[in-house]
Amino acid sequence: MSVFNQSRSYIIRLIFVAVFIVIIAQLANLQLVSGKYQQLAQENAVFPKVIYPPRGIVFDRNNKAIVNNTLAFDLMVTPAEVKNVDTSYMCQLLEIDTAQFRQRIINAIFRNGRYRPSAFEDLLSPEKYARLQENIWRFGSGFFLQERPVRTYPFNAGAHFMGYIGEVDSGIIARSHGFYRQGDFVGRSGLEGYYEKVLMGQRGIQYLIKDNKNRLVGNYENGELDTAATAGRGLRTYVDIDIQQLAEKLMSNKVGAVVAIEPKTGGIIAMVSGPNFSPDILTGYNFKKTYSKFVLDVSRPLLNRAIKGQYPPGSTFKPLGALVALDEGLITSSYGYPCGGRYYACGHGKPACTHSNAGHAANLRLAIANSCNSYFAHVYRMAADNPKYANVKDGYEKWKEYMNAFGLGIRLGIDLPSEDRGNIPDTSDYNKEYRNVWNSCTNLTLGIGQDKMTATPLQLANAMCIIANKGYYYIPHFVKAIDNETKKDTLLNRYRQRHNVLTGISDADYEVVSLGMQDVVERGTAVSARIPGINICAKTGTAQNFRIIRRKRIELNENSMFVCFAPRENPKIAIAVVVENAGFGSTSAGPIASLLLEKYLNDTLRAESVKKIEELANKDLMPSILKVEQHIADSMRAVEWFRITKDSSYIRKYTKPGSPAKKDSSTPKDQRIVKAQVEALQPKDFFSFSKKRVTTNE
Amino acid sequence: MSRNNTGISKGIDPLMIWLYLLLVGVGILAIFAATYREGDPVISSFFSFKTDYSKQFFFFVLAAIIGTFILLTDSKFFTATANIWYAVGIFLLLLVFPFHSNVKGTESIIRFGGFQFQPAEFCKVSVCLALSKYLSRPDTDFTKGRSQLIATGIALLPAILSILQKETGLALVYFSFFLVMYREGLSPMVLVIGFTIAVLVVATIVMEPNTLAIILTVIAGLVLFLMRRQIKRRKSVAISIIFLWLICVSIQRFAVPFIFKHVLQKHQVERIFSLFGKDNPYSNLPADVANASAKKEGVNDYNVKQSKIAIGSGGFLGKGLLSGTQTRYDFVPEQRTDFIFCTIGEGFGFVGTTVLLSIYLILLFRIIILAERQRSVFSRCYAYGVAAVFFFHICINVCMTIGLAPVIGIPLPFISYGGTALLTFTILLFILIRLDADRQMVLR
Repeated sequence: MSVFNQSRSYIIRLIFVAVFIVIIAQLANLQLVSGKYQQLAQENAVFPKVIYPPRGIVFDRNNKAIVNNTLAFDLMVTPAEVKNVDTSYMCQLLEIDTAQFRQRIINAIFRNGRYRPSAFEDLLSPEKYARLQENIWRFGSGFFLQERPVRTYPFNAGAHFMGYIGEVDSGIIARSHGFYRQGDFVGRSGLEGYYEKVLMGQRGIQYLIKDNKNRLVGNYENGELDTAATAGRGLRTYVDIDIQQLAEKLMSNKVGAVVAIEPKTGGIIAMVSGPNFSPDILTGYNFKKTYSKFVLDVSRPLLNRAIKGQYPPGSTFKPLGALVALDEGLITSSYGYPCGGRYYACGHGKPACTHSNAGHAANLRLAIANSCNSYFAHVYRMAADNPKYANVKDGYEKWKEYMNAFGLGIRLGIDLPSEDRGNIPDTSDYNKEYRNVWNSCTNLTLGIGQDKMTATPLQLANAMCIIANKGYYYIPHFVKAIDNETKKDTLLNRYRQRHNVLTGISDADYEVVSLGMQDVVERGTAVSARIPGINICAKTGTAQNFRIIRRKRIELNENSMFVCFAPRENPKIAIAVVVENAGFGSTSAGPIASLLLEKYLNDTLRAESVKKIEELANKDLMPSILKVEQHIADSMRAVEWFRITKDSSYIRKYTKPGSPAKKDSSTPKDQRIVKAQVEALQPKDFFSFSKKRVTTNE
Repeated sequence: MSRNNTGISKGIDPLMIWLYLLLVGVGILAIFAATYREGDPVISSFFSFKTDYSKQFFFFVLAAIIGTFILLTDSKFFTATANIWYAVGIFLLLLVFPFHSNVKGTESIIRFGGFQFQPAEFCKVSVCLALSKYLSRPDTDFTKGRSQLIATGIALLPAILSILQKETGLALVYFSFFLVMYREGLSPMVLVIGFTIAVLVVATIVMEPNTLAIILTVIAGLVLFLMRRQIKRRKSVAISIIFLWLICVSIQRFAVPFIFKHVLQKHQVERIFSLFGKDNPYSNLPADVANASAKKEGVNDYNVKQSKIAIGSGGFLGKGLLSGTQTRYDFVPEQRTDFIFCTIGEGFGFVGTTVLLSIYLILLFRIIILAERQRSVFSRCYAYGVAAVFFFHICINVCMTIGLAPVIGIPLPFISYGGTALLTFTILLFILIRLDADRQMVLR
């Protein structure tokens, strides 16, 4: 029996071999042929951790840090790995309830999928972070803490021009062609935004190994594959943080702007916009709360009025108008105009002049010192009617070219995003408005800085620089140098070019203009700005201010404007100050500029100046119309809210006093009353950005 | 006695001993790699028996001692006590029912003092012995159906008891004894039928039921056509073909779903289906929930997936014994025991796995060579039994780790961590060596 079964033994051996061959074939398939297992193993075990470098620091001209870095922590969650979590304990630690917990997980899944980490709560307060750090091990692999750099402001100043950092949104990611990833932080405005590439540095990656419970257990390949993060480079600016702080203090509770430039370099020494705020409230976990509040505030604190506020220059324009005529050779410094209190050459006797005594505009210097309206209206007309050009339209075109050369009506190109260009109307604007029939008398008030002309405080300060420098300027900018600057850093190239704008004016004539402006301080409208021992050249301005509210044209208190530079012999600083709703230029804007000049040039302040600082700082010049506007805006919003959601909780505030306010839903009668009141105010009444001849303030 | 002693030292097959030591050594190394963490003190923990590899070493020493005792025992002892051992085994199996302790969800383990003991493991040895005894009886004529049935009964009784104890995997081991019976004269048709049924079941799982029915009908029709001449001669051929066709279809339509729904446990069904990458249509969940959970990574799938990743990532040469990331960071569950093959796969790559499989193949062939040179039927049957058991374990375990077989809890002989398994296999092997040493004798 065992004989014939020998063959069976071979069959059994064959079966063994056959099965083993099948097994080896599959092994070959897994190990040799299919490469995906290598990759899957990697994915299982290797966790690439992004290392964010410290952001570049911004220094003032004395190398003090205006902005610095600190760390904040986010709680991140990977939804797929949230298992067996003691949710009630976590909710306790985070001070949320379980419904919010669930909602956040759903949000995370929605944002980033189940298998990638998303922020569960970002920018933890220090207390929460401490509690979580002690207890994070309880919550398994689904939760981890991630650190993130956040800005601090040692001097608590410069909010407007510094800007803020925020998380990237999909638009930024798309535009960056994949350079930015979800979770990155970028500068969103101001210098943070403009110099983002420099300040950002380079991300690094650290490869860590994680075990099957997603705990990090060590470095992959001993860190050989890691790339180090490169720190962001610092920026050296022209800003003087002491002046900046002083200017911010003086501008508290005022709407307006201050811009101080160093004429020889175009470097900005200080830039303030009012209403102002502390830069800290837009960082870290304060951001969300504050930002929404600011957006709804009708005084628009986020608006940087220094580069976006559009103001008619008023009398502060006059020296520029004279320079145009001088450059064209239309007048000399001894040109005089017989102004008797009004300008009659156009027939209608407008504009009126503040002086009527004889000889107050006998020459350029006197005209500037006395701010004669007739003189400068006439000077403008001379430029527009220049016989060198065929008609007034060409003459105006030439005049406009000069304005643009001065930096008015164009964007100067400051190193901040979203600069506005003011307004010097084009010939076509006048053609359209007056149906091609106009002459220099039509827009005569351009000569005294009114009509359609508007300028930003930055442009006004820059114009001062041109006068101070006697005919050239550098584009105003903040950053003097980038740390470790290389040839590849071309951002600063345009700021190092000198722009010569007025070539036909002799130094003597410049001197006359400066002396005229000095007279304004010594004897004229700006005596309040006088500082003993310094020759200040200045010009005040008072621009009218209208608003249309409830279909009525309301004349508000004028805007107070002041431009200056000092010292006359060797100008080191040029300042433009605008204070809305403040009356004469000399009352509010002048003293502010004067204090800043004193601090900058003398480094110390006299005792009376220190007192003045407190006075000015405490002066509340917020336009009272803002309260009305805020009320209207809020009540409109409440009505809209009610209309959409039928939730009357916000409307109740605005029901007429005296009508019964019931605990349950307001009676339809109340709602109708409020609705009728509000509806009587057309939406276009509140925010009139009309380009008509009413000056509007943004 | 001295003749026996010299006989022993002359007769013992040294290759077998070397293979045994080699495999156990590989096992300890693999367990070491699977459980080693950086910074563990190796030498001190080795002797303090806290770590798994040191425990395995201890088990090895214990097994070696028992093995030596076996080698010193007279072969006749085994033939004489085979049936007794069988009875003891069955008794212990029956004892499990009232006395089992619930360990890891199985109901087949008895806890005694500090020891765990799984009778089903021990029965492998006793069934081997008993079956060999039965087949070697002079009055057993294996060509007769009655003997075959009795042999099957001997082999499968522990299997049935194991199934009742929810140890399906272990029960399946006993089916490998069919190989022994085949060697001894069982009709190959049994194997062929078994194979066909397996193919049919697989086809039922993989293909649509209607498609399969159509294919079967077509095959039946083809066979009828091809054998029409024989049918003309004898009608009964046609009837038997149709009968076969009927059986196939009924298996496909009724038997398989019935087994899946009512006999097998849910997780076993899951595993079988996930093996073929198909959704489980027999889960009693509404369709959309079943779809949703099918999309998720099921637990059953996870083991195999991780195991394949671990093995696959080994590449050609492997990552080095201690450098496998999947091994070190515990990505493969049960890596010391059932999935120990992954450690070799990731650590030594394709080269390593092929070498290991070759060692096993050499072992199996050696056993068969030993089997063929025996004079007594008992020894030969026993040897084939050992080969069958080893083959089954190796084959299923490795296929489990590479995704060719559903996940059953079957250890890899001599390599998987586990005292009971090591002991059982050692005893199996050493009895064989002992019997082989007396191959010149004809044992009764």
